[in-house]
Amino acid sequence: MNQNLSTVSQRSPSAIATNKVLRNTYMLLSLTLLFSGFTAAISMMMNMPPMTYLISVIGAMVIAMFVLPRFANSPAGIGIVFLITGLLGFGLGPILTMYASLPNGGNIITLSFVGTGAIFMGLSAYVLTTRKDFSFLGGFLMVGFLLVLLAALANIFLQIPAMSLMISAVVIMIMSGFILHDTSRIIHGGETNYVLATIGLYMTIFNIFISLLQILGIMGNDD
Amino acid sequence: MDWMQIIAALALVMFIVVLFPRTRHMIKNSPKGTSSDWMSFVIPIAAVVLFIMLLIKLV
Repeated sequence: MNQNLSTVSQRSPSAIATNKVLRNTYMLLSLTLLFSGFTAAISMMMNMPPMTYLISVIGAMVIAMFVLPRFANSPAGIGIVFLITGLLGFGLGPILTMYASLPNGGNIITLSFVGTGAIFMGLSAYVLTTRKDFSFLGGFLMVGFLLVLLAALANIFLQIPAMSLMISAVVIMIMSGFILHDTSRIIHGGETNYVLATIGLYMTIFNIFISLLQILGIMGNDD
Repeated sequence: MDWMQIIAALALVMFIVVLFPRTRHMIKNSPKGTSSDWMSFVIPIAAVVLFIMLLIKLV
């Protein structure tokens, strides 16, 4: 009995810390998703041109790669996360306007939104209930992601629609893997910074949404 | 080829260059998964693929 109590008291601080990281991550993730929706709506109302997407994504990625890591442990990190997610949402505006103008556009956007939510919640629930350690996926997913970037680079010059569809499908699978990997890292104490955890999960959701839009847009278009 | 494609290509090259050392580090430091670990990865991914096929049917 004493031994059990001692075990519980030894494990509690780390379990509490892990739960705190998870709770803070999901809270910040929810707020950033709402903020992205807000900036996307502003961008749609302003009728921004399509190039806004490219400029916003590049700007957000540069901030995420070079600025965020320096401020991840300070309160400024939260502001930078909102800046990145707000920029990405703003860039999404013209894409949503373009899909909304398609004959089946409203249905495509709704299904992509619902599909992204279901994939994220399903995979998160899978990790949280099984508590499996997916740290072995790290190298595999990064190699897959690099190959997808190389394929996307090649397709800028080749312009093959089937390749673009295949890239979107692979992106969804890789991002699904990242949801498993990142959530598992949080619950096993591998990620203790909720700012970095949030931006990682946000990127997976953003990429799944964009890829689903593209797949459903191509498959749902009869022309 | 317009300037947007050139900027997109340059941005992708930059991301690849930045991510390459991180990828090499992760390959070296990631633990090896057992066949049961890989199965626990394949099952949810297969479920995601089936779900996307369902969404395609619905659109």
